[in-house]
Amino acid sequence: MYKIFEPNKIFHFTSKAPKYVLVLFIVFLSIGLLEALILSPEDYKQSDAVRIMYVHVPAAWISLGIFSSLTLFSIFGFILKNKNFFLISKSLAPSGFVFTLIALVTGSIWGKPTWGTWWVWDARITSMLILALFYLMYLIVWRIYDFEEKVYKISTFISILGIINVPIIKYSVDWWNTLHQPASINILSESSIHSSMLYPLLMMTAAFALFSLLIFLMKYNTELIKIKNKGLDRL
Amino acid sequence: MYGKKVKLRLLFIVIILITLVLTTFLILKSLEENVVYFQSPTEIKSLMELDNNKIRIGGMVKENSIIINSKEVNFIITDFKNEINVSYSGAVPNLFSEGEGVVAEGFLKDRNFFYATKILAKHDENYMPPEVKEALGDK
Repeated sequence: MYKIFEPNKIFHFTSKAPKYVLVLFIVFLSIGLLEALILSPEDYKQSDAVRIMYVHVPAAWISLGIFSSLTLFSIFGFILKNKNFFLISKSLAPSGFVFTLIALVTGSIWGKPTWGTWWVWDARITSMLILALFYLMYLIVWRIYDFEEKVYKISTFISILGIINVPIIKYSVDWWNTLHQPASINILSESSIHSSMLYPLLMMTAAFALFSLLIFLMKYNTELIKIKNKGLDRL
Repeated sequence: MYGKKVKLRLLFIVIILITLVLTTFLILKSLEENVVYFQSPTEIKSLMELDNNKIRIGGMVKENSIIINSKEVNFIITDFKNEINVSYSGAVPNLFSEGEGVVAEGFLKDRNFFYATKILAKHDENYMPPEVKEALGDK
């Protein structure tokens, strides 16, 4: 059977957290947007089109990050038979899916003036579309199956299939010729993005991460309330 | 500390992951030709046989190679080892210029000449304000 955990204890903390996260999110988003849209310079080649990047790149990072953590929690849930981990995974998925779509749409909007096309089937863009489909499958599975044991197993299986795609997305631009440019920011070597553009990018990333955390907490609290309403203190 | 079943489930997940990674690797390796979005001029030169299929060639637009007349745009794609002449009629993207990346889609006439039906500009990974670019250019 699945491990017991105490929703009341967790709810005690997570029910208070959203309002603080919301305040932080608004602060970071305001600074980030001000930096990205007004204070940061134009690009020497693409001029104002560079501003799309401040939404596109953070959205893509966050979508990959969320899928990785979602898979990790699913696997832990499966190995340790812990229901709580599955609920965390389930609550993470919606914001990850939305950020994948944002990355695809903003990329398309950027591609038209820069590359001269809305869409190409190159490795980076196609693998990102596959990520969106995996998110969709994962979300649908939770709606199809009512029986708990089944949905835990199938959702874990889908996340494991999908996680193979994550390094492919990351390294597609290095392994193959793609229309999409390689990464500008490298942890090990010097970034090929100027610091006046890197700073707003990091602010926007922090804002998006906080937004994901906010949506996650709200979803997670809903799951906990559902359990409490069933009249069960322990599951 | 943990039961035998927990260890077995961990092993199960690890085996699934290894199998998936190896399978994906094999599939991608065998499909490499189709996964790449474009080929370089050097790869075109080394083709065994030419066919009439639509292909894409990518590289840099060679400096001082763009010639525009009323009917068409002619330029040279180079990967700094080999070059291919490209002829194209139609509108080019804004970022299309000499010394920048480009991907041309179309048909090969021979190993040195390419009829493009579509031109895409390839953007590189460098982002900087115009002042910085000028300062770099002065050096």
